[in-house]
Amino acid sequence: MNQTALSYRYDGTFDGLMCCVFESYMKKELPTEILGPDAVEENLFGAKNILTNEANAQRVLRSIPAKIGHEAYDLVQLAFLTCLPKKELAILSFLRQGYHYGPRIMGFAGNETLYRLTEAVKHLQKEAHLLKGFIRFSIHQNVLIAAIGPKNFVLPFLARHFSERYPDEHLLIYDENHHMALVYRPYESAIIPMDEFRAAPPDKEEAAFRALWRTFYDAIEIKPRHNEKCRQTLMPKRYWKYMTEFAASTECVEITQHSTAFRPHPPVPATGKRRSGPHGL
Amino acid sequence: MELNEKLRILGDAAKYDAACTSSGTDRKGSRGSMGSAHASGICHSFAGDGRCISLLKVLLSNACAYDCAYCVNRRSNDVPRASFTPRELADLTMQFYRRNYIEGLFLSSGVIGTPDNTCEKMIAVLRILREEYRFRGYIHAKAIPGADPILIRHLGLLADRMSVNIEMPSSASLTRLAPNKTKKAILAPMDYMSQRIEENSRDLVRYRHAPKFAPAGQSTQMIIGASPETDYHILKLSEGLYRRYGLKRVFFSAYVPVVPHPLLPGADTPPPLWREHRLYQADWLLRFYGFDADELLDEEHAALHPYLDPKCHWALRHSGLFPLEVNRASHEELLRVPGIGAKSAWRILQARRACPLSWDALEKIGVVMKRAQYFLLCRGKRKPGLETRRNTLLAAMMSERERKRYLLESGEVQQLSLFEQETATFLSARRELESLPLPL
Ligand code: SF4
Repeated sequence: MNQTALSYRYDGTFDGLMCCVFESYMKKELPTEILGPDAVEENLFGAKNILTNEANAQRVLRSIPAKIGHEAYDLVQLAFLTCLPKKELAILSFLRQGYHYGPRIMGFAGNETLYRLTEAVKHLQKEAHLLKGFIRFSIHQNVLIAAIGPKNFVLPFLARHFSERYPDEHLLIYDENHHMALVYRPYESAIIPMDEFRAAPPDKEEAAFRALWRTFYDAIEIKPRHNEKCRQTLMPKRYWKYMTEFAASTECVEITQHSTAFRPHPPVPATGKRRSGPHGL
Repeated sequence: MELNEKLRILGDAAKYDAACTSSGTDRKGSRGSMGSAHASGICHSFAGDGRCISLLKVLLSNACAYDCAYCVNRRSNDVPRASFTPRELADLTMQFYRRNYIEGLFLSSGVIGTPDNTCEKMIAVLRILREEYRFRGYIHAKAIPGADPILIRHLGLLADRMSVNIEMPSSASLTRLAPNKTKKAILAPMDYMSQRIEENSRDLVRYRHAPKFAPAGQSTQMIIGASPETDYHILKLSEGLYRRYGLKRVFFSAYVPVVPHPLLPGADTPPPLWREHRLYQADWLLRFYGFDADELLDEEHAALHPYLDPKCHWALRHSGLFPLEVNRASHEELLRVPGIGAKSAWRILQARRACPLSWDALEKIGVVMKRAQYFLLCRGKRKPGLETRRNTLLAAMMSERERKRYLLESGEVQQLSLFEQETATFLSARRELESLPLPL
């Protein structure tokens, strides 16, 4: 196997990454880095551009449940949403080992790559779970609007959760770290790129409910039991700036760039369960 | 009165109730309605005291006709009184829910005239929510002791979880501190609800659309430190409640002196948070780790250990059972090893099927090695380089806070402003630690 410093560059999509796997497999080579579309390369010889080709991506995708199992398939899809540094390389490395060992790999409790991916996915799921609670909507012209700043790409999880919770509402969640937004209207949702975002002041009703919530938040604390450390461990400070109970600055948000295009987004794999989805067997 | 002021008073009045989970029901949303519920529960915020805020926890009214000594809302206490109208509270719940502030409503109330009247008003709130607004979020309702079973039944059909608070862990304390309540009045709705829940689960097997009675089960709460019952007594009682009435949870609430009363601890008594914490740990062992209350404590050793959590304490007292070979131990045995939790025990069982586990693999599985290493063998061997000196081992069994307490207090017990009785507990705990047959 050729191991001299080799870089891949891909378009940043999941299919693109699958094509990197394809390339690595067909050429029997192992890149030392896989760069996203905007990453700066350090490799003097330049990166090899991997073009995204749906047919190749599909071949790889189909091979995962067939050769390594559904659990591995879910893991890889979820790992792609995480903020794990160099997640692309880790996924590639995991898949190569998976093709070698088969489904047994999922039981290798001491495997470094598997461990890193599993931990990253746990972190992703934890953040998604926290945000299901911590997100605060403002109601603006009868649309539910919220902003978040998560480390992981959690919007697909939130899409499922909130479209179920508020089936008859219109809602928008803007992820200002990834510059993407989840938009939902009855009964369809989409995750779309969105880079601009402007705060609009709350109307009277909205302001009144925010004030009521702060009143309740304050009243519910048992003051002789105040425990700042505990609060911050359970609810890290980086979430606070988006939450009504802390920020006078949690202003209502308004989108300046309207995008009405509804594009379907890939479903979040339901981990642990066997599914037959578009890629299922 | 302004809504904001009502909310302040009635939120404040409800905050001593420890139960605020939204767990136990899984209900998907559906078109034409609002809301859903998640079996594992969702915390929407954490208050300044570090407790999870999941539900809008309020009283419908704090104008209570009863006079329980330990309660801020007792009739004879001079506090501002307020009541929501059912419509007001239902609207507030919907508005909060829509903004994702909350997972649902936790509704309790002081006794408005009579228990029946109170119950009827509570039903009115839940009916507006469920029937008019088609609200599918989580609802926890308190059964009012002494209310007609028909009303309790009605409430249970609208709520996800029901609870009735025991508050005082013995009927002697109840008579002394809650003169308007009796053990019977409290246990009757509990018994009634447990029968309905059981009957309902049978119905649901037969008819899929049978109306659900409190699908998330029932819970209760006891106040810790307002009355003289021991930890042993409290754990035995909890165990009995789990077994007899199939309760989902028993909550413990450290008593915060809210009203001066000759029969209660004085205003400068700090809430016994440490004890509350220990009781929750022990309760966890009863519910998920297969322990009996009698294994943890007995009449003679009736207090949970101040320096060791109940599981470590138990393991150190039963050092003869260890070390265990991690590749062969049964699930039950693994669960009793300090440092192995329910999840890691399960993962050990899974992983060792693929290949015998190594120390390294155990660590990756999530076993807390600092503790577990003393109780395990891996492929027949002790952990290489295991430090078994008494103090190292003891320190490993303690959390940072426990270690600090232990060190801080050695020789300085007198300096701490503890009650005499507590000091005695601490001294005997220390003596016990010194006499444990260590190293293992
Ligand atoms: S019945 Fe007793 S515990 Fe309940 S609100 Fe009234 S005084 Fe408080």
